[in-house]
Amino acid sequence: MITYEWLYILAGLFFLAWSLLSVLDTSNSKRWGNAAFWGLLAASFLFGSHLSDFGNGVLVLAMVGIAGIGGLGRSNPETTSLEERFNFSQLFGNKLFVPALIVPITAVAGTLLYNYTPFGETGLFEERRETLILFGIGVLFALVAAMIWLKPPALAAAEEGRRLLDSIGWAAILPQMLAALGAVFALAGVGDIIGGIAGSIIPEGSVLLTVIIFALGMALFTMIMGNAFAAFPVMAAAIGIPLLVEDYGGNPAVIGAVGMLAGFCGTLMTPMAANFNIVPAALLELKDQNGVIRQQIGTAIPLWVCNVVIIYVGAFLLWN
Amino acid sequence: MTNYWPLAGILIVVVGFALRFNPLLVVVVAAIATGLLGGLDFVAVIESLGKAFNDNRYISVTWIILPVIGLLERYGLQQRARGLIESMHGATMGKLLVVYLGFRQITAAIGMKDIGGHPQAVRPLVSPMAEAAAEKSHGDLPDEEREKVKAMSAATDNVGLFFGEDIFFAIASILLIQGVFESAGYPLTPLQLSVWAIPTAICAFFIHGGRILAFDRRLGQLSAAPKEEAGQ
Repeated sequence: MITYEWLYILAGLFFLAWSLLSVLDTSNSKRWGNAAFWGLLAASFLFGSHLSDFGNGVLVLAMVGIAGIGGLGRSNPETTSLEERFNFSQLFGNKLFVPALIVPITAVAGTLLYNYTPFGETGLFEERRETLILFGIGVLFALVAAMIWLKPPALAAAEEGRRLLDSIGWAAILPQMLAALGAVFALAGVGDIIGGIAGSIIPEGSVLLTVIIFALGMALFTMIMGNAFAAFPVMAAAIGIPLLVEDYGGNPAVIGAVGMLAGFCGTLMTPMAANFNIVPAALLELKDQNGVIRQQIGTAIPLWVCNVVIIYVGAFLLWN
Repeated sequence: MTNYWPLAGILIVVVGFALRFNPLLVVVVAAIATGLLGGLDFVAVIESLGKAFNDNRYISVTWIILPVIGLLERYGLQQRARGLIESMHGATMGKLLVVYLGFRQITAAIGMKDIGGHPQAVRPLVSPMAEAAAEKSHGDLPDEEREKVKAMSAATDNVGLFFGEDIFFAIASILLIQGVFESAGYPLTPLQLSVWAIPTAICAFFIHGGRILAFDRRLGQLSAAPKEEAGQ
């Protein structure tokens, strides 16, 4: 059976290659910092399952230390010029899109086949892990196809990958770090404290105000945690279920579904949702780290108001 | 009496991000402070941080796509994406991003949320196409506006994903809602929940789509303004 562990070894080998190429890159004055950072990440992928929790914790502190003292620098591996790229794009034409589409098609079509045909009964993949595993397989297919077709120099794929990785830099592990922070928050009882505060400021008797505080709590707590999943159980237990459903007799399906979406409006407005907001700013090489969030606020706020209205109308006016 | 001290971690995050310290450093300091104030000892905090980081490695696995994207960019993928838009009659940035918004919402709503995404679709395809379309209608863009076009491309991917995926009933967030309500004594089916994602999805399409079109018009006025001055 193919499990996440296989993917971790694959990713570990990729990061190991990037670490070694960083060592050899004498044009980058911070090459040792880059090599150590990606090397530690490779170690986490290759050996993390066998290290103690404390060992993994020390590894995290070492990576953060390197990033914190500004030890990472952008590399500039040899590549094609803009003019060459333009000429290649004329030469290869729209077929260039094909390898790029192999990855999502493998992941999506594979997942559908695995779930809705006898293929799933083979038990080839770890349960509920098939999409990401198929994504990894798609990457390998796409790489092989592109190498055979384009015949690049031997190290070109690794070097082009390193160029993109170094343009993202430490932000590449920020989403994973924030998930770890969420786990520590949960352990320290942050959710219960927030739920207690939210539950204690509700004015009695007003359904609309209670809906607003529920939706506001979802959005704000999601902004703090970077993730509506962490906010939902807390707000549902503090306000959604005891007050909106039980005291005021609202429709639980609407309160649950649209309450979550009010949280998603918070996701659009927070740097804590790094993989959606900060990583793309790095990938698109924006000067403003918060540039993506700035374009989203104007959508998030009116949409949050819509969610309040939908809960009020759908769960109360239409339901009772 | 509730111990409110663990909330200091949230304050550290907010202040640290606002003062633009390295976010990784801010996150680790906040995690350690929260753990200690929540009553854990130092070693236990490091252990819980290490375990949580290790358990969430699957999040960073997705970077293995970078060699594919980088290799295709070496051979002109972004230029090809631009060329495709330049050759289309009547293609504008507004139309392009609104179509992408709808496409992303509908595919996510039928469970295909892995079509799209920032490294695999926005950087190599959507953003260069949007830029090319904006230049086609409005001429050369000032840097500031070019940045906004790129940021709007990423924003459109996010909005389309967030307000499409919950219409699909077999998605993690729907299962989470179901689980929370079930343990409180309210059994709901995923389908009951996912139909209620549809009104918000429609609002999201019109609000964000309207903003995209307004942004495109604003770029048009911006590029028209200097010409008028020159004519006087």
